[in-house]
Amino acid sequence: MTDWDLDLERASSAALAALAGAATVDELEAAAAAATGKRSPLASLQRSLGAAEPAERRRRGAQIQAARARLELAAAQRRDELLASERTAWLAADALDLGDVIVTNRPWSVTMGHGGLIPAVQAELEDVFVAMGFQVAEGPEVETDWYNFEALNIPPAHPARGLWDTFYVDLGEPETIVLRTHTSPTQVHLMEQAVATGTLPIHSVMPGRCYRRDTPDARHLATFHQVEGLVVDRGITFADLAGVIETFTRAFFGPDIQSRLRPGYFPFTEPSAEFEITCTICRGAGCRTCSHTGWIELGGCGMMDPDVFAAVGIDPDEWSGFAFGFGIDRCAQMRAGIADLRALTDNDVRFLEQFS
Amino acid sequence: MKVPRSWLEEFVDLPETDAELRATLDDLGVVVEAIDHVGGGLGEVVVARVESIHAIDGADRIRRVVVDAGQGPVEVVCGAWNFEVGQHVPFAPVGSVLPGGLAINRRVMRGVTSNGMLCSARELALRDDHEGLLILDELTVPEVGQSVAAALDLVPDVVFTVSVEGNRPDAWSILGVARDLAARLERPLRTPALAPPSPGDDTAALAGADLRDPTLCSRLTVSVMENVQIGPSPAWVAQRLERAGMRSINNVVDASNYVMLELGQPTHPYDLDLVARASLGVRAAHPGETLVTLDGTTRALAQAGRGLGDTGVDCVIVDGDDAVIGLAGIMGGASSEISDTTSRVLLEAACFDAMAIARSSKRHGLRTEASTRFERGVDPELALRAVARFVEVLRASVPDLVWRRDPLDLRGQVAAPGRVRLRGSDVERALGVEIEVGEVRRHLEAIGFAVDPGPGGSLEVTAPTSRPDVRSGVAGRADVIEEIARLHSYRRLPRHTPTWPEPGGLSDRQRLRRRLRAALVALGVTEVWTPSLVSEDHFTRTHAGAQPIRVANPLASESAILRPTLITGMIDALGRNRERGFSELRLGEFGVVFTHPDDVDEPRRSRGGVGGAAMLELPTEDERLTVLLAHPDDDATTAVSLWARLAGVMGWSTTQYRLRTRKDVPGTHPTRTAEVVARPRGVVVGVVGELDPDLVGAMLGTTPRIGLVDLDLGALERARAGEGPPSTAQLPSRFPSALIDLAFTVPLAVAAVDLADTLRAASPVVESVRLFDVYRGSGLPADTRSLAFAVRLSAPDHTLEEGEVTAARQSMIDAALTEGARLR
Repeated sequence: MTDWDLDLERASSAALAALAGAATVDELEAAAAAATGKRSPLASLQRSLGAAEPAERRRRGAQIQAARARLELAAAQRRDELLASERTAWLAADALDLGDVIVTNRPWSVTMGHGGLIPAVQAELEDVFVAMGFQVAEGPEVETDWYNFEALNIPPAHPARGLWDTFYVDLGEPETIVLRTHTSPTQVHLMEQAVATGTLPIHSVMPGRCYRRDTPDARHLATFHQVEGLVVDRGITFADLAGVIETFTRAFFGPDIQSRLRPGYFPFTEPSAEFEITCTICRGAGCRTCSHTGWIELGGCGMMDPDVFAAVGIDPDEWSGFAFGFGIDRCAQMRAGIADLRALTDNDVRFLEQFS
Repeated sequence: MKVPRSWLEEFVDLPETDAELRATLDDLGVVVEAIDHVGGGLGEVVVARVESIHAIDGADRIRRVVVDAGQGPVEVVCGAWNFEVGQHVPFAPVGSVLPGGLAINRRVMRGVTSNGMLCSARELALRDDHEGLLILDELTVPEVGQSVAAALDLVPDVVFTVSVEGNRPDAWSILGVARDLAARLERPLRTPALAPPSPGDDTAALAGADLRDPTLCSRLTVSVMENVQIGPSPAWVAQRLERAGMRSINNVVDASNYVMLELGQPTHPYDLDLVARASLGVRAAHPGETLVTLDGTTRALAQAGRGLGDTGVDCVIVDGDDAVIGLAGIMGGASSEISDTTSRVLLEAACFDAMAIARSSKRHGLRTEASTRFERGVDPELALRAVARFVEVLRASVPDLVWRRDPLDLRGQVAAPGRVRLRGSDVERALGVEIEVGEVRRHLEAIGFAVDPGPGGSLEVTAPTSRPDVRSGVAGRADVIEEIARLHSYRRLPRHTPTWPEPGGLSDRQRLRRRLRAALVALGVTEVWTPSLVSEDHFTRTHAGAQPIRVANPLASESAILRPTLITGMIDALGRNRERGFSELRLGEFGVVFTHPDDVDEPRRSRGGVGGAAMLELPTEDERLTVLLAHPDDDATTAVSLWARLAGVMGWSTTQYRLRTRKDVPGTHPTRTAEVVARPRGVVVGVVGELDPDLVGAMLGTTPRIGLVDLDLGALERARAGEGPPSTAQLPSRFPSALIDLAFTVPLAVAAVDLADTLRAASPVVESVRLFDVYRGSGLPADTRSLAFAVRLSAPDHTLEEGEVTAARQSMIDAALTEGARLR
């Protein structure tokens, strides 16, 4: 070992000791600067390299690099230790036993808050349907392909899947688990439960959050809310479906708003229909919103398809039923005249404070 | 689908107005999305020859153009740059009105007077092309001064844009829409003219066909056309294609597209001399094969896709050497494309398996007019009628065309048409009204269903081959009843609002949620809606050790993971409002949080996989109510205060829960957070406290104290499950109460709520115990604090005597001592 090596060794050891001895983050930063900074012994050894021969110069240079790396690592480790212990000390000083908080000594300032528009509209819809004799049920947001599609008579690769741009969840085999694209899978759960427990009939509505892989715009959000309705009972006909839609429309939108059905297609209902209501902007006179037809589309509906009954084990000779579904956000948009649905997820308090 | 009215009128008489037609189509389920008037309103627009073009001083986007429209030179200012001197362009003179309603006036721009306007195709409502002026020389041999409408043989028309539902493969054509209208309006349906094959040599002498996989193709026909001269289509063909939304390419390709639009049968023309042995075969592609499709893309075939149950089958067309020359039913290959020199055409008209086409189309990300039709289901009986129609259309530009007799015609597996036995009561049972059997028969026969008498007055209904969507048996009955209802008109069906004996109502969870929401609003909290899908960064801020649940195909990386907490999204919402200058906020949200199945003891399991045959593990979903309290003085004590008020909403007094310090709740301040434990079952219903200052600092760049109440709605329900209202309401004593205060020196380890319990249990005359003061600091032993309680004593049947009060007080002091609490 040369004198030079001994110098380096001494400088490194002294610097390591200084780092280890730092008791605060401030002390540590000072020690770190002294160890590896411009005025450190390491730096002066570096500056003296030019005097050595090329081979020796390379060897010494490598030694300095290694020493510097060791010191930097030691500084970083010590810094983490000190930060953690400073946090621990600070947290201990900041500790509060919440069991000792005397609630009555904390008077609550009386200001009014604001409930969300969507929950408010959803509650109003639920109340209309409860008054008509419906239970309100809910289901999960992450579903298997079976519940979201196949049990609803939409087998894999069915062209109708193009109607729903689907987010797949990265669990298990590819494309087996989805973020539900509609509330209809909850229908399947309800029917399975009712069959398993022998509790048919079903008269339920199912509000909930759904997801579609659609770039959000003024009229669509990738995350949105639907309400689904399902009736399975004896002797239920298309006339009952049309009657429920009409009663709901008047109860929610007002007595001067009417509904009508036209043929549509959903793999899980047959016959299927789209339902339209009197345009709420022009009250049926014809305007841009309704393409001068006086009607706007609200949702889809139809008689339960016998293949769906077969998938859940309901006897189509004894039971019949219908389902319907529509967007809660769309109802909210019409109700509150919201030009751009994206305002609902911006959470700007100036927007939120308009609602009670 | 775009449907020109004049094309419909070839097949059915339609005296109705456009609005009446729209109403009828809507009611048939062929919904009209738009009505456009094309080719009209051009009366005053005339052909002008460009005489000279001049720059305008100080203008670099517009030029002065001199044109001749038959009445001498006219000066116009024009912003288009795609024309040259000598070309012919449309000229709208001053005083004329364009189809969009634009009135042409004399204008002065940069000192130059413009005496009219030179027009683009879009300005004339001919095409969507707005790249520059419409150059008439490219379309016709124009004469100066002639009307543009006459120069282009424009016939005014109305184009209906309709949307056709997935279960109406028969309506994906002009003739299909006409058939529906004829059925509804009870008018005769005319059929298009078909050409017969030519006499002479037969097809087999020159061409071959080979259907090797009968499950992928129910019919393969191969026809040979000779004496073909490639050229432009006649104006009426080109105009119809354009109005139906397709570009005119050449007479052969146009005839193929024309037939597809009109009848719904896609056909594919190949240059016969570029197809080995003039033979077309159908088989599944082998792994490793590739194809360059007409769009120039090289496609690897027979690669298993990501889709559920997708085995990677690609149905392909091969030539006589077994080389792949087309992706069947989707797009042809580049190698055998029709060119200007093609003189013999091999025409494929086939019917492929709908599901196979749908899978291939999805896997290759290639949707074409042909694949759209095949994946819905093409009528297998249509193939040779479509070829005959192709020949009829092509003969308009190639009169000497030869269609060799006896086209090759191979059959694969065809699904049996839907057959249904229909009783009168079935219709009434489904629709709630009886429809007379004669009307039922009339509707079904008008759209091609065969209706035969069945046993007991029933009808045996057989679907036409154009309706592969119609099933058999009980499901088919629903399909047939939909057709009857559709043609009868949904609007004429009765309505009846049903009632049932079972009551409606909300679930316990929904009632709880509503009560909590109402309370929060009354307490000044504003409800937000933050994203369920968050970024990796958000996830690791609070749940670095947990397994993220990723979305396989997110729209953006900021929304790629299902949220494990509402906290980070809500801090973002706070931050964005702070940036806008609103920082005195108290925000709340109800929402679901997700936990990976690997991170829970008992994962949620659900039916899944193909046919629902497997049990799959799914994320656990918990509904949480999270409130962030960010008024300037808010902190953990504010959170406790809010929680106590919410507990009151649930009917919980302070004796029914305890707050137990927890150091390790993600996102929270380790020494200012407690979990809320509901008594007596010990269910943890949530946490109260503060947000971790490090988390707040990292997300907001500043570290105000932010109070947190984060409740698990499922646990709140479990904590009180099975409990009704108290079975016996306590009647307060009518005798006066005695009030005493007791202050104790209490070890820090003893919770105030426990000491209060002890005091309460110490004597039967204790009515209530309430903590009213906490003191820490000098004068007290280490590791203790002083807790002062207000105690109310009473008896139900008499006024307490002084001795009783003293005895009760002593009992309480003694009991407290067992907990280590000494009277001060």
